[in-house]
Amino acid sequence: MTRTEEGAGAFASAPAASPGRLGQGGALTRRQRYERRQLVRSVLTAAISTLVFAVLLVALVTRLETWPRVRETFFDGGVFGDSFMPILKAFWLDVRIFLVCAPCILVLGLLVSLARSTRSPVLFPVRALATLYVDFTRGVPVILWIYLIGFGVVGLVNTRSFFGGYLFWGGVALVWTYSAYVSEVFRAGIESVHESQRAAARSLGLSATLTNRHVVLPQAVRRVVPPLMNDFVSLQKDVALISLLGPVEALRRADIIQDRTFNFTPFVVAALLFISVSIPLTRLADHLLAKERRRMSGTAVR
Amino acid sequence: MSALLEYRSVRKSFGEKVVLDGIDLSVRRGEVISLIGASGSGKSTLLRCTNLLEPIDDGEIVFDGVDISEPGLPPDPVRRRVGMVFQSFNLFPHMTVLENVTLAPRKVLKRPKGEATERAMTMLTRFGLAEKANDYPDRCSGGQQQRVAIVRALQMDPEVMLLDEITSALDPELVGEVLEVVRGLRAQGMTMLLATHEMGFAREISDQVCFLKDGRIHEQGPPERIFTMPSEPETRDFLARVIASGRM
Repeated sequence: MTRTEEGAGAFASAPAASPGRLGQGGALTRRQRYERRQLVRSVLTAAISTLVFAVLLVALVTRLETWPRVRETFFDGGVFGDSFMPILKAFWLDVRIFLVCAPCILVLGLLVSLARSTRSPVLFPVRALATLYVDFTRGVPVILWIYLIGFGVVGLVNTRSFFGGYLFWGGVALVWTYSAYVSEVFRAGIESVHESQRAAARSLGLSATLTNRHVVLPQAVRRVVPPLMNDFVSLQKDVALISLLGPVEALRRADIIQDRTFNFTPFVVAALLFISVSIPLTRLADHLLAKERRRMSGTAVR
Repeated sequence: MSALLEYRSVRKSFGEKVVLDGIDLSVRRGEVISLIGASGSGKSTLLRCTNLLEPIDDGEIVFDGVDISEPGLPPDPVRRRVGMVFQSFNLFPHMTVLENVTLAPRKVLKRPKGEATERAMTMLTRFGLAEKANDYPDRCSGGQQQRVAIVRALQMDPEVMLLDEITSALDPELVGEVLEVVRGLRAQGMTMLLATHEMGFAREISDQVCFLKDGRIHEQGPPERIFTMPSEPETRDFLARVIASGRM
């Protein structure tokens, strides 16, 4: 049936059942029949098109003259098997760094955003410092901060203890840079809470501090969860920058194995490990964002 | 001279725009005064200034013998005694109805949670909102939300209530339930200052009606006189337009 016929039929069969509800006697409504047909059609089309595309791609790539060399360099089964476990173990360090840094970043980011939204003249220096910190930190590449703090500060302190080590100061560099970005996300959230909410709280006699704590912040934090997730997806990958300082995490381990085998498969292993965390995190962020959007706008528009 | 609230030559501008141009008004304890007039005539601003949400430029607002318009005066003690209800309810969306109405008593008056909850539930029950106590505001109708907002202000035991066009954002069939609450407050002797577009209600409930235009009170008097034989041409003109629009 073509589209026009469908349309004409729709006008011809007049008694309108509301869409989304079963018609008389449990039969599908005309809208439901139409939607079901559309769904089957689009799923089939997508499946066939994907299959054709995949076959063409594989045929094309494997036919390339250089394919055997590419496969050997990046997808060597033997190297993959040998290097997977060592790199996975090293990746556990990345995960631990992430798990320690993320909460520190949340706390510091929130504190900085609060410092920036104070109004009292006594706190002017605090406000100015927070603003300077955010501007300077965001204006410099993350990798430069890693060098500055990771190598620079480490040189000043006793390197024997854990708190003098490259790992610790690398973590400090990540917390330092990411807190600046995260504080801006929090600040946007705080500013997105409508002025009338503040008016209502203040009219009840709540002080500015109580208003912030019980009315503004709880709403602001809820709103910024999705954008925060995006920052944490990048943090999860930027943890690998610490390898520049020496600690043997996944990227460093892969590098060491590559030096020995002259094969790039270990890097592919490391990449797959990062992907195995970042893709679920990204999907979670998308899901939260979609949920927030639905909450704000009622129903989704087709 | 037993005025609870007194405005003396109150002036306020937003930039070039003069919104209050010398307001003189006296509100006695237990009195209900309606402010009528077109949008932008200064009704809402007068109420917001009374609750110190906006500072005035000149003049005095005296509440219970104290000039509360004194610059630098701490606003919180005044706001505790002056309740305010807004056109768009302004309930806190992340709190349940019960949390909305107990927040200020618990945090500002330091009432213990049990006592605050008990007092809140008593009043919510009286206003037919008991079964909504644990719902979030977005699960309540507009009329219910506005009644919750009134309860929230009343929980602070205010001496005067400022009602800022509290039925303007409601569907017509929900206006009645909110006005009924205001009638109840009047019966209990609550002092009220209300900005409203509900002329019939203003006529029924007020002791005094003030007609505002361009930040000035053009005419003030008992509702029977203002609505039936206004003396000022501006008032007549305004009421004629209200009648023409079918709102009275």
